[in-house]
Amino acid sequence: MHPFSFTKAANTRDALDAGRHGGRYIAGGTTLVDLMRETVERPETLVDISDLPLRDVTVAERGGLRIGALVTMSEAAAHPKVRSLYPVISQALELSASAQLRNMATIGGNIMQRTRCTYFRDVTADCNKREPGSGCAALKGFNRTHAILGTSDACVATHPSDAAVAFAALEARVHLLGPDGERQVPFADFLLRPGNTPNREQALRRGELITGLEVPALPRPLKSGYLKVRDRQSYEFALTSAAVALHVRGGVIREAKVAAGGVGTVPWKLPAVERHLVGQRPSDALWAAAAERARDGARPLRHNRFKVELLKRTVERQLRVVGGSK
Amino acid sequence: MSSELPDSAVSPPSGAGESTSGPSRRTVIATGVAVGGVVVAGGTLLAGAEEAPATGTAPSSRVSLTVNGTRRTVTVDNRTSLLDLLREHLELTGSKKGCNAGACGACTVLVDGQRVNSCLTLAARLEGAEVTTIEGLADGDRLHPLQQAFVDQDAFQCGYCTPGQIMSGVGCIKEGHTGSPEEIREWMSGNICRCGCYVKIVRALEQTAGRK
Repeated sequence: MHPFSFTKAANTRDALDAGRHGGRYIAGGTTLVDLMRETVERPETLVDISDLPLRDVTVAERGGLRIGALVTMSEAAAHPKVRSLYPVISQALELSASAQLRNMATIGGNIMQRTRCTYFRDVTADCNKREPGSGCAALKGFNRTHAILGTSDACVATHPSDAAVAFAALEARVHLLGPDGERQVPFADFLLRPGNTPNREQALRRGELITGLEVPALPRPLKSGYLKVRDRQSYEFALTSAAVALHVRGGVIREAKVAAGGVGTVPWKLPAVERHLVGQRPSDALWAAAAERARDGARPLRHNRFKVELLKRTVERQLRVVGGSK
Repeated sequence: MSSELPDSAVSPPSGAGESTSGPSRRTVIATGVAVGGVVVAGGTLLAGAEEAPATGTAPSSRVSLTVNGTRRTVTVDNRTSLLDLLREHLELTGSKKGCNAGACGACTVLVDGQRVNSCLTLAARLEGAEVTTIEGLADGDRLHPLQQAFVDQDAFQCGYCTPGQIMSGVGCIKEGHTGSPEEIREWMSGNICRCGCYVKIVRALEQTAGRK
């Protein structure tokens, strides 16, 4: 680990001031400390933001939910409002990491977490995300766990978060505070596809701080849930996953929010699947037909061709779990 | 808000001023290989990061925390993990270093009552924190009920993961995730056992949670 100076921000103004001068914010630290030890991350200054007042879960306007950036994963998952209004978020969180890590890691940090691509984590390997211009060892390497959607010639790494898949499905907004004030960014615009600059992962400006995530209100009743498919039953990253939320009224699907994880360079929203569902009556045939669209545009690599079919089946099964077998 | 490099941060090369129990095999080894060495004087301890290169001038922070009920004020290289602080500098070697990456759970301790991976916790961030390690669990000679249950159920072979399993188990029981063997397995999945004692570990948690 490289040496670094350490400061603890007493308030938001102190934090922003330190961030403006190049300080890296640290909240739970579960990704950052790990990657610092591997020397993938080499911050010169860490700014501890754990004392900032960003620990509340509140019901926002019109029944949406605002989750403070420093709410831990375990707190968010267990929160009665999150559990009752958006089970998909609770389930995605509780299927992530371990109980210990969920006690440490925060919601803001969760969407900031970096890829588990082994070449990214190995400082002796070529990686455009870590060392722009060095190449991508995963393209011709062992790429079984890598992305099939949103990839580029520069990078095929997946975004590892489960909760981010739920936030993408529900079209959450990221609340930011920076030297120039507050702003909100739609989740779909916050995490960036790699393109030619895989080293740029978020639409954050210098010194900007995530203050919270807002999940918009959706018509009720809303059924939602998260399915995660992985190599072992617990404590593992997703091979594929699906976040589904459905609003059915009068026997017809009025709203459908669907996204997939483990397959994209960012959490992968599935608008074609959603369009196929809205206005239709729930049925097993509908779930199957809609899930066919999940693999639109998939570009498998040498070792992850299986993900194309697995993605379709994951989405179909979770549509059936949430929408019912008919 | 910033932590300045304290005057005392440049440490003497050996254990000068050690006040605890004289040099043990561990402290001799530690001062021989680690940077900075360890100085305990008047309750203040100067700890070098175990993995720090030998510069002796790396940025450090002063932090006061409570470990197993005892208040400790230490000056640590900012890179020092809670695990290294415990093991290398406070001589609390019950918490184990398995992966040092948050993947195995052998380093699990309680911080402010919550189970966490001490290997991913920077010691410099623990101002005012209350840390409980496996050494702080028993009441004198009376084992904690979960420690006793691990003995009763023969829930270990080599024992390396056991302190982490027990600390994680204490958290799991407190959180109320012991409704079934399946629930225990899911909520204990952050603790890996190389010997494969999972069946008996689950039984030990059930025994302690009052199901058996």
